[in-house]
Amino acid sequence: MTVIPGGGLMNPRMTFATAGRVLAQLRHDHRTIALLLVVPCLLIALLAWVFDGQPAVFDRIGPLLLAIFPLVVMFIVTSVAMLRERTSGTLERLLAMPLNKLDLLLGYALAFGILAVVQSGLATAVSLWLLGLDIAGSAGWLLVTALLAALLGTALGLLASAFAQTEFQAVQFMPALVLPQLLLCGLFVPREAMHSVLEAISDVLPLSYAVDAMAEVATSSGLSGQATRDYAVLAAFIIGALALGAATLRRRTA
Amino acid sequence: MEGTSAVVVDQLTVHRGGNVVLDSVTCQVAAGSITGLLGPSGSGKSTLIRSIVGVQRVSSGTVQVLGKPAGSKSLRSLIGYVTQAPSVYADLSVRENLRYFAAIMGASPSDVDGAILAVGLKDKSVALVSRLSGGQRTRVSLAAALLGSPPVLVLDEPTVGLDPVLRRDLWEMFHELAGRGTTLLVSSHVMDEADRCSDLLLLREGKVMAQGAPVAIRDRTNTHDLESAFLALIDSEEAMAR
Ligand SMILES: Nc1ncnc2c1ncn2[C@@H]1O[C@H](COP(=O)(O)OP(=O)(O)OP(=O)(O)O)[C@@H](O)[C@H]1O
Ligand SMILES: [Mg+2]
Repeated sequence: MTVIPGGGLMNPRMTFATAGRVLAQLRHDHRTIALLLVVPCLLIALLAWVFDGQPAVFDRIGPLLLAIFPLVVMFIVTSVAMLRERTSGTLERLLAMPLNKLDLLLGYALAFGILAVVQSGLATAVSLWLLGLDIAGSAGWLLVTALLAALLGTALGLLASAFAQTEFQAVQFMPALVLPQLLLCGLFVPREAMHSVLEAISDVLPLSYAVDAMAEVATSSGLSGQATRDYAVLAAFIIGALALGAATLRRRTA
Repeated sequence: MEGTSAVVVDQLTVHRGGNVVLDSVTCQVAAGSITGLLGPSGSGKSTLIRSIVGVQRVSSGTVQVLGKPAGSKSLRSLIGYVTQAPSVYADLSVRENLRYFAAIMGASPSDVDGAILAVGLKDKSVALVSRLSGGQRTRVSLAAALLGSPPVLVLDEPTVGLDPVLRRDLWEMFHELAGRGTTLLVSSHVMDEADRCSDLLLLREGKVMAQGAPVAIRDRTNTHDLESAFLALIDSEEAMAR
């Protein structure tokens, strides 16, 4: 067994096995895959149509949605998947086995990260080449930002699922935890233009940084210092949420 | 291995939902034995099993498995655990489930075929678990515990809902495993399964009512079958309480 010496925090073989298992579960669920891939494209197309007469508005908001979709979708999918793991007893079985908690969390992150790349790639391609989205930045950085947003959604979903006892509760976390971030992230009103209290709140919400980063890479060619800083904050949120998620995952339960 | 204990439970007390569920339980599981854990519904069988596996939060007392505190990291690859409700992925096939659990247990992929064969699911190996019958799901869950041939098997009602032929086959396998030195702790509702165990642990309302070989328990209570023995024990206990 290849346990990292000293720490024993993770084991790549088990992380990959877990990611493979999660992807296999998705593979058997064609409808979910179709929904995950098609819905974002349809929503973006709808947005383009709504702003048919104002291409400048679509050019500003379109990229932001490419960050928001993966975060929201992966948040819901992950928190429900993890809750199913808990209620089906498979979590209890896994935690009685030589699986590190991080292997489970990283396995989920890896699987949903791969899914997010496909989802965002498709939505980005549709936006750029079918809907005429016009951005100054490169599609590559758009994808990187979307991937980070998806990983953030997955990490937050894993963390949130620790506080849900039922599916009903897990689903309610979406409006409770994600919608406020959506209102404050700068999509509707630029963050600088909000009341200073709201701006301060939005400064500590992770979605703000995903949206900021997306706005930045869409409007400047290459990677600006601002975007790099946003990426660093996003990475810190992802690592922090995963670490907290691992800490709240208890092997012994009442 | 005669005389050594694979599991030693000492004055274990567990609270669940504000109630005492295990009340100062002391018992042993002899190495290489098949120990039957019997008791009425709600008596604490699953809770004792969870404590031995190391997933139950306990209030006081100790549980040692193979000389180490229950829940120790090194024990996790040494105990095969079957939860009472089948704990496998309904949206994966039988083989996909077992391949995943084999990877986690560090078992070789060839173990997967062996486990599928052992529980008689060869013709269902590519079927999704969600399309299996209840008893078939139970067997997938059991197969997952066999992966990697762990020296200790802790099985919570592994034969529930199975027909007599399957139950006989599984008990033959349990005896085969015990013959090769595996220690088994098997909980059950069914008294006729108790006679297939080498040792019995009778639990009632969170307390150990009796522990010993089936013959010894029958003799002690002057009864011919374990069902009567169990009832006799309850009667004498209630008489004492009065
Ligand atoms: N998650 C829980 N939270 C609170 N109390 C619980 C929980 N699970 C079990 N209990 C209580 O603990 C007691 C023992 O339960 P346990 O599951 O150990 O019984 P059991 O002997 O396995 O029963 P059965 O034969 O029906 O499976 C019961 O009174 C039950 O109500
Ligand atoms: Mg039980």
